[in-house]
Amino acid sequence: MATSDKEPVDLSVAMVTDPAPLADWLVIAPLVFGMIVGSLLLMVRKDTRLQPYIAIPGLVVLVVIAAALLAHVVISGPVTMTMGRWLPPFGISFTVDILGALLTLTAAIAALAGGIYGAGDVNNSGRRYGFYPFLFLMMVGVSGAFLTGDIFNLYVWFEVLLIASFGLLILGSERGQIDGATKYAFLNLVATTFFLIATGYLYGIFGTLNMADIAIKAKTMEEKAPLVTLLSLYFLAFGMKAAAFPVNFWLPASYHTPRVVVSALFAGLLTKVGVYAFMRVAFVLFPAERDILGWVIASIAAVTMILGAMGALAQTDFRRLLGYLVISGIGIMFAGIALASPDGVSATIFYAVHSMIVMTALYLASGLAARASGGFSIAGSGGIYTTHPFLAAVTLILFFAVSGLPPFSGLWPKVILVKASLDVGAWWLAGAVLLSGFLTTIAVGRVWVLSYWRPAPAGTGDEQDAENLNPLIDYAPLVLLTAIVVALGVFPQQVLELSQTGTEQLLNPIDYIRSVFPSGGEQ
Amino acid sequence: MDAYMPSTTLFVLLLPFIAALFAPALTRLFRHNAAWLLAIVPVVIFWHFATFLPEVSNGEVVTGGYQWIPAFRVNFSWLVDGLSLTFALLISGIGILIVLYSGGYLKGHEHLGRFFSFILMFMGSMLGLVMSDSFLMFFVFWELTSITSFLLIGFDHKREASRRAALQALVVTGGGGLFLLAGLLLIWNVTGISEMSLLLRSHGVLADSPFYVAIFILVLGGAFTKSAQFPLHFWLPNAMEAPTPVSAYLHSATMVKAGVYLLMRLNPVLGGTAAWETVLPIFGGATLIVGTLLAVRQTDLKLMLAYTTVSSLGLLVMLTGFGNEKAVEAAVLYLVAHSMFKGALFMVAGGIDHEAGSRDITRLGGLMSAMPITFAAAFASAFSMAGLPPFFGFLAKEEIYAGLWQPGAWPLFLTLVAIVGNGLMFVIGFAVALKPFLGEKPQGLRDAHDGPVLLWLGPAVLAVASLLTALFSGLTHRLISIPMATAVEGEPVSVYISLIPHIGMPLLLSGITIAFGIVAYRNLERMRAAMAAALAAIGWGPDRGFDQFIRGTVRLSFAVTRVIQTGRMEFYMKVTFLLLIVAILVPMVLFDELPAMPRWPQDISLYEASIMAIAAVGLIAVLYARDRLTAIVSLGIQGFAVALLFMLFGAPDLSFTQFMVETLSVVILALAMTRLRLTPTDHRPVGKLVGDMAISIAGAGAFLLLLLKVIQLPFDLTLPEFFTQYSLSIAHGRNIVNVILVDFRGTDTWGEIAVVMVAGLAILSLIRISVRSSARIAANDPTEEERR
Repeated sequence: MATSDKEPVDLSVAMVTDPAPLADWLVIAPLVFGMIVGSLLLMVRKDTRLQPYIAIPGLVVLVVIAAALLAHVVISGPVTMTMGRWLPPFGISFTVDILGALLTLTAAIAALAGGIYGAGDVNNSGRRYGFYPFLFLMMVGVSGAFLTGDIFNLYVWFEVLLIASFGLLILGSERGQIDGATKYAFLNLVATTFFLIATGYLYGIFGTLNMADIAIKAKTMEEKAPLVTLLSLYFLAFGMKAAAFPVNFWLPASYHTPRVVVSALFAGLLTKVGVYAFMRVAFVLFPAERDILGWVIASIAAVTMILGAMGALAQTDFRRLLGYLVISGIGIMFAGIALASPDGVSATIFYAVHSMIVMTALYLASGLAARASGGFSIAGSGGIYTTHPFLAAVTLILFFAVSGLPPFSGLWPKVILVKASLDVGAWWLAGAVLLSGFLTTIAVGRVWVLSYWRPAPAGTGDEQDAENLNPLIDYAPLVLLTAIVVALGVFPQQVLELSQTGTEQLLNPIDYIRSVFPSGGEQ
Repeated sequence: MDAYMPSTTLFVLLLPFIAALFAPALTRLFRHNAAWLLAIVPVVIFWHFATFLPEVSNGEVVTGGYQWIPAFRVNFSWLVDGLSLTFALLISGIGILIVLYSGGYLKGHEHLGRFFSFILMFMGSMLGLVMSDSFLMFFVFWELTSITSFLLIGFDHKREASRRAALQALVVTGGGGLFLLAGLLLIWNVTGISEMSLLLRSHGVLADSPFYVAIFILVLGGAFTKSAQFPLHFWLPNAMEAPTPVSAYLHSATMVKAGVYLLMRLNPVLGGTAAWETVLPIFGGATLIVGTLLAVRQTDLKLMLAYTTVSSLGLLVMLTGFGNEKAVEAAVLYLVAHSMFKGALFMVAGGIDHEAGSRDITRLGGLMSAMPITFAAAFASAFSMAGLPPFFGFLAKEEIYAGLWQPGAWPLFLTLVAIVGNGLMFVIGFAVALKPFLGEKPQGLRDAHDGPVLLWLGPAVLAVASLLTALFSGLTHRLISIPMATAVEGEPVSVYISLIPHIGMPLLLSGITIAFGIVAYRNLERMRAAMAAALAAIGWGPDRGFDQFIRGTVRLSFAVTRVIQTGRMEFYMKVTFLLLIVAILVPMVLFDELPAMPRWPQDISLYEASIMAIAAVGLIAVLYARDRLTAIVSLGIQGFAVALLFMLFGAPDLSFTQFMVETLSVVILALAMTRLRLTPTDHRPVGKLVGDMAISIAGAGAFLLLLLKVIQLPFDLTLPEFFTQYSLSIAHGRNIVNVILVDFRGTDTWGEIAVVMVAGLAILSLIRISVRSSARIAANDPTEEERR
């Protein structure tokens, strides 16, 4: 630093001069905290006994932070904090609205469940090779994606969660996993690259990366910019990340290969980040172009939900079946995005919350079921209803929830979505939602009938052989998630209200933009 | 309505669910005697709803409720009128008897507690269904009855038949529920009304709506599946796999009537149209005849009863759709009568099975002296079923004929249908009630006697009820029939039929029915054989059709999934890049976002031109490279050329980075290639070569076009100017790129550092794998890994 340059500079033209209110630090807290705990866990990588004792309390704190953040956003509206105190759009802003905060909280809960379950499911070698650090880093990536207000920064968090999830995917070190991991890594890298390229174009068009800034500029842009093409490219990139048809290949290829707890975390966290990112880009950045692509999104949504359910119907392996149910759910979420009405979008948000919880829980349940009856093969297992009635009851609740049957969490978003579709005369979309629910019912009903009700097939071990499950680390996460599933089904009001307010903030992002640019205009 | 009532009603509606939680514990304590305790629940419910009788019989409609999901305008609200009240009394009244009967029937069963739990949950669901005012609450309880029915049918889960029947019932009734949901939501959309009580006051809105037909079909989809109308009737006889209390309760007295309930509930707003008055009698009539004919075929007591339940439901649908006041009254009377006699007969069948060890009518006989109470109940109930005085069924049948006997060919035809159906039901009723008790006791039949009180109490009470309701028909009509028929008809009606015979057409038709029944009864064996032969000749039925449907769906799904999810990475990549091309080019062309034709650059310098030429040479070399190693190095040439271009355009940092990356990539790729046991060259057939080339050129072209379009727009320099201005003065760094990396956008760098750290850790795991297993890692064999 040369002394000759030292002349007084008016900092206020370039920087935020007031210190950020203490509560606003919550915006960045999930990331900082997650990174610190993740690094700490990396340091004690070899002390496999110690790791859960750091990780699980850490995840609890993460849930608390996320809940506090949600409360903060609910009370004071969207909150922005810009890194390095540079004025937006020059620094990287984190802007949190209800959608971001709600999904962060849900993700943290799913991660907590996975973290507890992992204490029993992940062996010492899995821990030594980084299960918990990967988990925390993946959470950093996921939360970062939900919280950031800068599109390039969003890309960075996508990278973080991609590489962390890759680490989790190969944790088991088995050959079958490598095939899945290869497909997962390559196809996801391609998707992320599309995202990056699209963002390059975006920067070329707008000269800024701050999403609120882009939103303003896109509205006032005078030149004819290729925005429909750009959104279409984003749709491809995020559709791939979300595993929408026809770019869902990577999901059925990989989700059944890792440890079940890893599948559970993936099902809960990863695809929804893609959905979220598309919502953010489509509604905040390019709402006019989204209207143009509406029918494309709707058709993709309808095909995805039905083919997903059909894929589930075709499986003979419990975990593969669940992978297809994840895909089917993605279709449901895209349907709400396609409708873009307040009801439709709030159904999407609600469904995202539901899907994160219920899919994580289902994978965990499938893991317990496999331990209880000797494998993931639907035809080869049985007798769980007799040997583990509690597990059976919980699984049945989850089955009904994922099918959208009452009184569980899947019902309300689907009902709202059907009504929203009928509102605009899209009877075929409503029909697709119902048909996918019907097919899902058959698919999971068969699992229940064969693996749970049917007595264990001869030769697969008698009842004494069945493993005893630990009530705390095996059942507690499942019970936690199932309790949420039931609560959301019986008392959906709170989450629905949050989804609706989140939808308002998303469809009319005035508050979002104002939180980034309090003066109301751009620089 | 005072403030006190709603809260009690809410409590009563939730009570069965609360009790279901405690049922297993109570059963562990008191074993089967827990039935006496648990029966208090339906007693309380019955008592509570009985207190509504005076109000409702005065023609009042009581509504109440709470906000449930205000954000979606959904209430937890109930509607007590003649229709729902009658159902509530039937559900709770028969519920008392069923809970007690279950205690006797499943005495000592290891999962008796679970059974009580399920049956109480069902009771709550059914009660909620009929009480619901709010559409969505109605749907929730509707599906809950399907779910609890699923659990109860599959209660005996170790038998394959039970499991199949349970899933079948769930698929059929649950699927019908989706139709219902769509129908209710459509009504909500069309009228803006989401409560039954308000809808009933909106005369003509639905019938005049252009969506009437859609709503009508969707509602029927729900009602016909639930109430087992032909050809969707097959799940109901299969549901007889459930323990007998379930058959008596769900699959005759209550749940299967939910569809009829729905039709009756909506009759004032959906009825009266040509569609309604044609479709309902056709399906109802067909169901009546098919059901009775199939019943004749059976020898299992429960199956005989089950098929007559199907036909009774058909009769009810037919009457509801017939469209005159008398027919509606007949439907009401028959519904009440049916719940009583059919519930009783099922319990009788269960009692016989429990005591004598068989339900096969050809293997039963001579039980009259051994089981006198059971016999008396059965005999009385059969009288009611046959429509003979002095039982309630007689009143119903008289009213049926009074309703149907109208001038015209269509009513005449339906009257004939009713006569045949009723006559055959007469036959089955007496076959069930007489054959096991009369005649000689066959060899090998267990010594039977009347079971414990828990077993005979139910049928006896119901038989007595059939008698008393008929004897005191005036009171019955005032409290039950008139309010209910009024609710179904939508306007005040009067019912005055009594046991005192009145000469007229209905009595004559009754006589014909009885004569036909007696003749048929004497020829039951012959008819059974004929039916069996006929069915064998047809060979196919909806039941098998269901299996074929499921199998076909699964096969189709399997085939479709196999086409999409091939397991080949190459295919996945190809599709992805094809979609990329589509995603860019199609909107670009459709929405006029193509770039303008670029000008050919004039001021290109020799350095630039030669460097680009080097890049091009590198790429051509890649295409013509003999082996992979050469290709990798040639690709490096292109990379270095790009780095040089960066240098010429004044970006030394970028250029340096590019040099590093290129060097490292070439080295690492080359190293990796030597370790992988791949063929040295990558040979492709011509067709594939052309295809791959087309995809890559189109993809690159798409990116290029979009890039051209973007750089033809003016670039917004706000950010670069800001960075230039403050990089030194505030961030104290002369190298702007560095300042961007560590300060302006330091958070990105923070994230990237994390990526590097995580990547390192992930590589550590990967290395461990390659050390541990010597097998070929890069297996991309679809048959091996991803598929089975």
